Amino acid sequence: MNWTAIYSIFSFEMARFFRTIAQSIISPVLSTSLYFVVFGAAIGSRIQEVEGVSYGAFIVPGLIMLSVITQAISNASFGIYFPKFIGTIFELLSAPVNFLEIVIGYVGAAATKALFIGVIILITAFFFVDISIAHPFAMVAFLILTCISFALLGFIIGIWAGNFEQLQLVPLLIVTPLVFLGGSFYSISMLPPTWQIISHFNPVVYLISGFRWAFFGSADVPILTSLLAIGLFTGLCMAVIWWIFRTGWRIRQ
Amino acid sequence: MPTIVDIKNLRKSYDGGFEALKGVNLEIEEGEILALLGPNGAGKTTLISTICGITTATSGTVTVSGHDIITGYRETRSMIGLVPQEINLEPFEKVINTVRFSRGLFGKPRDDAALEKILRQLSLWDKKDSQIRALSGGMKRRVLIAKALAHDPRVLFLDEPTAGVDVELRKDMWEIVADLKADGVTIILTTHYIEEAEAIADRVGVIAHGELLLVEDKAKLMARMGKKQLEVQLTKPIKTIPKALQSDALTLSKDGTTLVYSYDTRAERTGITKLLADVADAGLVLADVMTRQSSLEDIFVDLVQEDAA
Ligand SMILES: Nc1ncnc2c1ncn2[C@@H]1O[C@H](COP(=O)(O)OP(=O)(O)OP(=O)(O)O)[C@@H](O)[C@H]1O
Ligand SMILES: [Mg+2]
Repeated sequence: MNWTAIYSIFSFEMARFFRTIAQSIISPVLSTSLYFVVFGAAIGSRIQEVEGVSYGAFIVPGLIMLSVITQAISNASFGIYFPKFIGTIFELLSAPVNFLEIVIGYVGAAATKALFIGVIILITAFFFVDISIAHPFAMVAFLILTCISFALLGFIIGIWAGNFEQLQLVPLLIVTPLVFLGGSFYSISMLPPTWQIISHFNPVVYLISGFRWAFFGSADVPILTSLLAIGLFTGLCMAVIWWIFRTGWRIRQ
Repeated sequence: MPTIVDIKNLRKSYDGGFEALKGVNLEIEEGEILALLGPNGAGKTTLISTICGITTATSGTVTVSGHDIITGYRETRSMIGLVPQEINLEPFEKVINTVRFSRGLFGKPRDDAALEKILRQLSLWDKKDSQIRALSGGMKRRVLIAKALAHDPRVLFLDEPTAGVDVELRKDMWEIVADLKADGVTIILTTHYIEEAEAIADRVGVIAHGELLLVEDKAKLMARMGKKQLEVQLTKPIKTIPKALQSDALTLSKDGTTLVYSYDTRAERTGITKLLADVADAGLVLADVMTRQSSLEDIFVDLVQEDAA
């Protein structure tokens, strides 16, 4: 393993993040606060409790997931798309690094940024609602796993994208609906039966359910199923990336 | 001199079937400066990109210092530095950061003293904290060179390093190349400026339509392919060449003051002695005599035209 190269990629990407740290933090904090005001206060005054948890607290895991998933995807996709776009990718291709090292560098940095945002949102949430975390370690583990798996997905999108529109399109068209329909703001059990069944094909349901379990100790789907689902998803992304580098798809002629 | 880069039967077809390299064989010697000349689209960049790992060959092999570029990519790529033809740089990065990144990416531990030396050598040290977008085009090109040198490569590829660079900077660049050669770095550069190859290369390769037409020692090439011309200036202009002197090799300048005689340096008899005697016999008085050798440019143009025919 060329750890020096991995560290170089990682720290170069992180430097970009810290250069624009203010705007990196302000926007997720602001939007989360708005969610609390709109959903927590407006809807929360009508829905008192979901599964024995106050509505304000109930949406915290979903809100964190929403931001973390969006951030992981956009950071990772931009991180690898940008060198492709401006042509600096030639350096990566001519460097003595293998695909795993490139992925660890870029995906690691994107996941770290997303994790950072997730933690900041959690801290913000403490200002609005009372929350206690039932399984803190599981919570952190879920958070990290989510950051990594969606950063992997973002990496694939970044390599696939041929222009900036496509780079925005996938998150907008696929990921946002999946996350919103994934039970961020409600329990799946609140849906009509047919929609409950459809929801089980949405991978994000398992994530948010598992994450919520870590907070409140109760979940829509069994925790092991959640773990299995996210494990499968991560494995799938890794396989696609491995194939991309083996064939040089969209990067090496 | 030992071979450092050994290219055997290298072929490259791009998606869509276009064959950009048609079986290139080339041995690059350690420590030399090799200039690759060729018209646009000849395959120079494709050749370099393949050696560096940016494109994959369709068939054939390349070894660098005995390591195959596919199976031994870590060894070969660690030894190679590449300055690409296009200026590809992150506009918002600082010079020093992007150069440091390059060194790390190639697996070398951080060494700010080494980077300082490189940046000073390229007259970039006082720009080290500038954003790249704030640099001039020539400076950007030097940043690319600094990035390529950041990991102390043994082999340096310069893909048209002096394209769009003013005369002053071009001379600087040649000095940098000479310094690197003195440090034992093998340098392969592509160029459209033939005077550049003439000025700095040890050997010259000519490539056209994906084929390497020749690789030869520059001096030998110029001696072998070079035609010489003898110019005889007369004290008084003449209207036509006297009958006794007329031959295919002799022409008269428009103003009638100069006779130009072309001859081949390889020929056993150049015919100069006879010409001068005949000139005297014809009653012409010489004002001056000089010889001119054809440049690499003439040789190059001849070669590429021959290939096209
Ligand atoms: N990615 C690509 N896909 C298809 N064809 C390509 C690609 N890159 C280069 N070519 C073709 O391969 C041939 C050689 O291109 P190359 O860039 O190697 O030429 P070059 O000798 O470097 O030319 P120049 O002096 O203009 O830089 C050209 O005909 C070019 O159109
Ligand atoms: Mg080129």
